[in-house]
Amino acid sequence: MIAKRQTRERLIRLIFLLTASISILVLSTIVLFLFVEGAPILGKVSLTGFLFGREWYPTSSPPDFGILPLLVASLAVTSLSALIAIPLGVMTAVYLAEIASARVREIAKPVFELLAALPSVVIGFFGMVVVAPFLQDTFDIATGLNLFNASLMLAFMSVPTICSISEDAVHSVPKDLKEASLALGATHMETILRVIVPASLSGISTAVILGMSRAIGETMVVLMVAGGAAMIPGSIFNPVRPMPASIAAEMAEAPFGSDHYHALFAIGIALFIFTMLFNLVADAIAQKHKQVGAATL
Amino acid sequence: MKSKWLIPAVLLLVCLIATGARAGSLKVDGSTTVLPIAQKVAEAFMKEFPDVTISVSGGGSGNGIKALIDGLADIADSSRFIKDEEVKLAVQKGAYPVPFAVAHDCIVPVVNPANSLTDIKMDQLKDIYMGKIRNWKELGGPAGEIVVISRDTSSGTYEVWEEKVMKKERVFPGALLQASNGAIVQAVSKNKNAIGYVGIGYLDKSVKGLTVNGVPGNEETTLNGRFPISRALYMFTRGWPTGDALKLINYVLHPLKGQKIVKEAGFVPLY
Repeated sequence: MIAKRQTRERLIRLIFLLTASISILVLSTIVLFLFVEGAPILGKVSLTGFLFGREWYPTSSPPDFGILPLLVASLAVTSLSALIAIPLGVMTAVYLAEIASARVREIAKPVFELLAALPSVVIGFFGMVVVAPFLQDTFDIATGLNLFNASLMLAFMSVPTICSISEDAVHSVPKDLKEASLALGATHMETILRVIVPASLSGISTAVILGMSRAIGETMVVLMVAGGAAMIPGSIFNPVRPMPASIAAEMAEAPFGSDHYHALFAIGIALFIFTMLFNLVADAIAQKHKQVGAATL
Repeated sequence: MKSKWLIPAVLLLVCLIATGARAGSLKVDGSTTVLPIAQKVAEAFMKEFPDVTISVSGGGSGNGIKALIDGLADIADSSRFIKDEEVKLAVQKGAYPVPFAVAHDCIVPVVNPANSLTDIKMDQLKDIYMGKIRNWKELGGPAGEIVVISRDTSSGTYEVWEEKVMKKERVFPGALLQASNGAIVQAVSKNKNAIGYVGIGYLDKSVKGLTVNGVPGNEETTLNGRFPISRALYMFTRGWPTGDALKLINYVLHPLKGQKIVKEAGFVPLY
């Protein structure tokens, strides 16, 4: 009887181990594939030439494979969209969790979450057809397909994620913390700013990272609205070409196994490392501000 | 006992191999520009002749011709004429490549309908795309920064532009990139300072096609060679085509079949 139960126990454990390893296996296969396909380009250009070259002319002869403009574009678009999305998302979350009445919260939260369900191509189309002409006319700039437009659209996409997860974090702050603060004579505002937000910092930073990860890897939107000029932007109204846009635009017709093909995979590696660093930093922040019980504040 | 089953089994196998051999198969490889034509023609052809299977791939003009020379493909799509060295190599290997022009590619520069410009010179186009001419004022229009829109560098449309307009010079990095003909039309129609270029099949009322050196881009000027930004697209066969290859070439050249598909794919048909 006991032996039978132990076998069953072992079997269940094995099944779970198997399911867990499948996802790890798939992930490592993809990473391996990425590196195998991307590495050969380093036989053609040096690593510094690849990362810091300013010219991206993959099909001319002789070709130039410098991705600095694409790298800068990705960084610029992501940071600008973070600047817009983080305050919006976090403040909305605090409002929903702490200030709004239960009824407002019940209606508003699902609506925000529904925003996250908008397909990126729809947001891209909106940016292209509505926002771009508006920017052109309002600011009298050469083209509305630029860094600012792309950041705005990406912010749209990450606000729901940031808001929804931060709201959960703010909402789950232990009630005794809040009550203790109020009992000590702090106003509602002081309690929110000094107690509740610091206590939920770990959850908020997770939310921000998830939202930003979506922005940095997002392809369709930047392909449609960033403009696509492979140059280092001088202002937020310059067109740019972030890394995913370049891969998406060129991969379809790059001859299989050519230098161009390998270079595009190498951009994929850069993007991958970029996102990974981002996640590591986020993890470190989340760990540092981790709320253990009510005592650590 | 065993041999009783062996004979029917062998017979069956022979039959299978025989039918497999009777059903023809064609391999088409080459230019990515011709690929949409080849794919659609192959689909329509296989519907009409279900016993022929055609596999189409687009490895680029050079690769297609190489595959043809090596006997790895029956038909090579190419967006350029075969080079002398390739002909020499082919003859050495006992193959004589036969060219068939199947369509023409015509790329028209487009501007916003609000733009007063109607004609542009080839060297002006080149200077705009090199970033030397930056303002419409220099072309006699009202002042305004020219928004230059180009295609992704691996597209066939870009290839024509690079070959016919840029003449080995590079498109300057400030040019915007769009990933399809449709996206260029969309972007140009939304920006009064924009200039772009599209395949003739994609011209519509939301943008204005410019005449180049005074010649309008249309089917007639493309076919008689007067429009400068155009080229012929070819299919090459290994020797004079026979059997299924001949059938396919005839199908492509048929005015109501292949040539209709050519037009639908946004290219200029032969007649």
